[in-house]
Amino acid sequence: MEATKTDAHHHDTGDHHDHHDAGFWKTYIFSTDHKVIGIQYGITSLLFMLVGFFLIASMRWQLAYPGKAIPVVGKVLEAVLGSEVAPGGVMSAELYNSFGAMHGTIMVFLAVVPLAFAAFGNYVVPLQIGAPDMCFPKINMASFQSFLVGGIVMFVSFFIPGGAAQAGWTSYSPLATVIPTDGQTYWLIGMVLLITSSLLGSVNFIATIIQLRAPGLTWMRMPFFVWAQFVTAFLLLLAFPPLEAAGIMQLMDRVFETSFFLPSGLMVSGQPMDVAGGGSPLLWQHLFWFLGHPEVYVLILPAIGIVCEILVNNTRKPVFGYKTLVYAALCLGFLSFIVWAHHMYLTGMGTKISAFFQTTTMIISIPSVIILTCLFISLWGGSIRFNTPMLFALAFLPMFGLGGLTGLPLGFSFSDIQLHDTYYVIGHFHYVVAPGTIFALIAGIYYWYPKMTGRFMSEFWGRVHFWCSFIFINMVFQPMFAQGMAGMHRRMYDGGVTYAGVADPTTGEIVGIPQKFIEMNSFISIAAWMLAVSQLPFIINFFYSITHGKKVENDNPWDATTLEWQTPTPPPHGNFDKPIEVFRGPYEYSVPGHDVDFIPQNEKLEGDESPVTETEDKPAPAH
Amino acid sequence: MEIPYNSKPRPDTGLYNAKVGIWLFLASEVMLFGALFSSYIMLRIGAPEGTWPAPGSLLDPIPGAFNTVVLILSSVTVVLAWASLKFKNFKQYRFFQTITIVCALIFMVVKTFEYKDKFSHYEVVLNDEAPHYEGSMPSKGGRFIGKTIVDGHMVSQTEEEVALSVHVHHGHDGHAEHGPHEEHGDHADHADDAHAGHDHDDHASHEGHEEVIEVTVKKEDILHMEAYGPWHSTYLAIYFTMTGLHALHVVGGAFVIFYILVPGAGMWKTDPERYINRVEVSGLFWHLVDLVWIFLFPILYLL
Repeated sequence: MEATKTDAHHHDTGDHHDHHDAGFWKTYIFSTDHKVIGIQYGITSLLFMLVGFFLIASMRWQLAYPGKAIPVVGKVLEAVLGSEVAPGGVMSAELYNSFGAMHGTIMVFLAVVPLAFAAFGNYVVPLQIGAPDMCFPKINMASFQSFLVGGIVMFVSFFIPGGAAQAGWTSYSPLATVIPTDGQTYWLIGMVLLITSSLLGSVNFIATIIQLRAPGLTWMRMPFFVWAQFVTAFLLLLAFPPLEAAGIMQLMDRVFETSFFLPSGLMVSGQPMDVAGGGSPLLWQHLFWFLGHPEVYVLILPAIGIVCEILVNNTRKPVFGYKTLVYAALCLGFLSFIVWAHHMYLTGMGTKISAFFQTTTMIISIPSVIILTCLFISLWGGSIRFNTPMLFALAFLPMFGLGGLTGLPLGFSFSDIQLHDTYYVIGHFHYVVAPGTIFALIAGIYYWYPKMTGRFMSEFWGRVHFWCSFIFINMVFQPMFAQGMAGMHRRMYDGGVTYAGVADPTTGEIVGIPQKFIEMNSFISIAAWMLAVSQLPFIINFFYSITHGKKVENDNPWDATTLEWQTPTPPPHGNFDKPIEVFRGPYEYSVPGHDVDFIPQNEKLEGDESPVTETEDKPAPAH
Repeated sequence: MEIPYNSKPRPDTGLYNAKVGIWLFLASEVMLFGALFSSYIMLRIGAPEGTWPAPGSLLDPIPGAFNTVVLILSSVTVVLAWASLKFKNFKQYRFFQTITIVCALIFMVVKTFEYKDKFSHYEVVLNDEAPHYEGSMPSKGGRFIGKTIVDGHMVSQTEEEVALSVHVHHGHDGHAEHGPHEEHGDHADHADDAHAGHDHDDHASHEGHEEVIEVTVKKEDILHMEAYGPWHSTYLAIYFTMTGLHALHVVGGAFVIFYILVPGAGMWKTDPERYINRVEVSGLFWHLVDLVWIFLFPILYLL
């Protein structure tokens, strides 16, 4: 897959003499060039996103029409996975569970994070800071290879006897430990590989940003996207290791029959389990959410960075409150480490602890609101260019806002009692990640595509893609808030049919989930499938434009100020064909008295002095 | 294409790339082991009454203490090796770094014997119909509390019976400082010290004497039998997990130091500055490995 993509890439690079002819394997598969690695990450994670989408699209059939055979896909599932898990094309409960668990795992760890952090970060960050490559190119390659192997282990687990992991993407023990099939073991091995990959990547990113900034590119002249990636890298560096520890311990529980997460007296299927006991199920949840919550900010921060770049470029004016944005992102990064237990109010960990985490959770909404407000205000008085990347970036703002605001009732321990583990949570989380992060990522693809390929993606099909996606994605997630508030549990295999119309035995009054909320299931499912269809223009556009898109007229087709547009198109190995010096901040648009409405960061104007690296400010202390 | 600041420090940060990288990596390692230390605390606090073994009752502190000294020594030599290179004395560097690697090997050998000792150390739980066996004693806690056990190192095993070498303590039993032994101090003729395996420092100071007897238990009398492996209790689980992960770090660190010392030594001729950086960076990692052990030793052997 990577080969097809980068082959086309190769034709365009042909006329740059510094493109080394190092052979197919070295150029496309075991490349140490940050741009190739970025594209490798991008293609792989987009493919995984498609897999994750396929899983949920199949599950949505079971939710909308429980117990009925899935048309077409059901036959394929039966043929590939066996008739025990998909008898006659009907999704079995085990298959539903493993699809659910793997949808979450794949979307978070194999699709959105690698696309947001690794793909965009690898491609764009070194270009934006004027570096020839990442600090440690070989480690960068190892990071991708480790990611790929981890992804393959996860993917292969679908086809082993018993299928993939079934205990949800959170893999709570004891459930995850006692399920007798091997899927969970594959999941854990895959996770250890993915965590290794993210460790190598994050070390590389931070070191690159600290060490390889071009002369004159001081900390407060860095594009906000670089700041966002910087904070994200710290989150990955420090939050993932506890999950690695937890993964090792759960692996020990499964392979060496230890009892880290298995309490004394644990009964499974009515039988006491033959283990030593004495472990703590709560320990897994603490370790998991210690990663799990910062992970949310890993998902959102790069997206905010992308939106900021696109927004500023298309409003043709400086961003409102650049320093405020930077400090807010740093606060967000720090605070995200002390909010994790708000996922655990219902575990019985105690009201005092709940009160603490409820407080920090409310505090963390402040920097989030500051960021969103700065971005909104940046629109004010701008002469906005409504191109496809800008449409996606603009849609991000209210969608992410909606996702954030619906999180507040979940952050209070009292209202969480009603909403916990319902479809409300699904709605909230997906508003943040799907029309939030993923929209921003798509915006980023449309925005940087001309730099990667030298051609634009089709503007018309981009708009079709945008409007269809925007409408259907809201039709998918908006009804979930209503379902959740009516009490529909998120993991019900039949979409809640069993619990609908349950009558109070004494009064005969219906106390189950009202029928109208059950009926929403088919509405949501149809919208989800329409959303899938809406991605076809994007996929076709993406591949078609590599060779047939409108050619860019110069290296800076969006008239942008940041350094990635000062390279040849596409950038050759080593990136810049001239020494880069930076004289100004990242967003100098519409400067009065200047003849064009943008001044690139490296443009030397009268009165600018060449930066002397010795006097640059010291790096900000990492939190 | 040359990556800037690969060996020379960047003027404003004062650091070369690899040094930034290794410190970040070490931060991540601290979080990894930090999570395991936190898990240790949570498991120990949450352990059901009486299931957490008393200090020294399962692990002999002597080999652990010996290993601590060995690792600290290696941390000193790793610094001296780096300093020797700074004085351009490659021979001396090679001498010190060889000691470092030898220390790592000694550490691993001692660790292997400690592991082997635990994996051959069995707790044999007798069923209620079993006759009295010499050297048997009441279970000290865990799943089989209230049952009678025979506790010793495996000698041989056939389909009908198991032979264990059991430490039996005869005579007066006065030592109160040895936690779990108090509760059945009156079982003087039963072995109360069988657990300690090596019986290091205490028996000399007490009256009575210890002997090792071989006890053969019939399989039909056995309710449950398991070695003191990670599955035996959460204490041993965290012991094996943490020391195992630490041992992997020792092996990895020693391998890197060896690689720089022997196959990678050519760089000393071609790019001495970068070579010294490599030695420094591997040394920083080695200090972390040492530091982790300095925390592991007390929490697993002494507290």
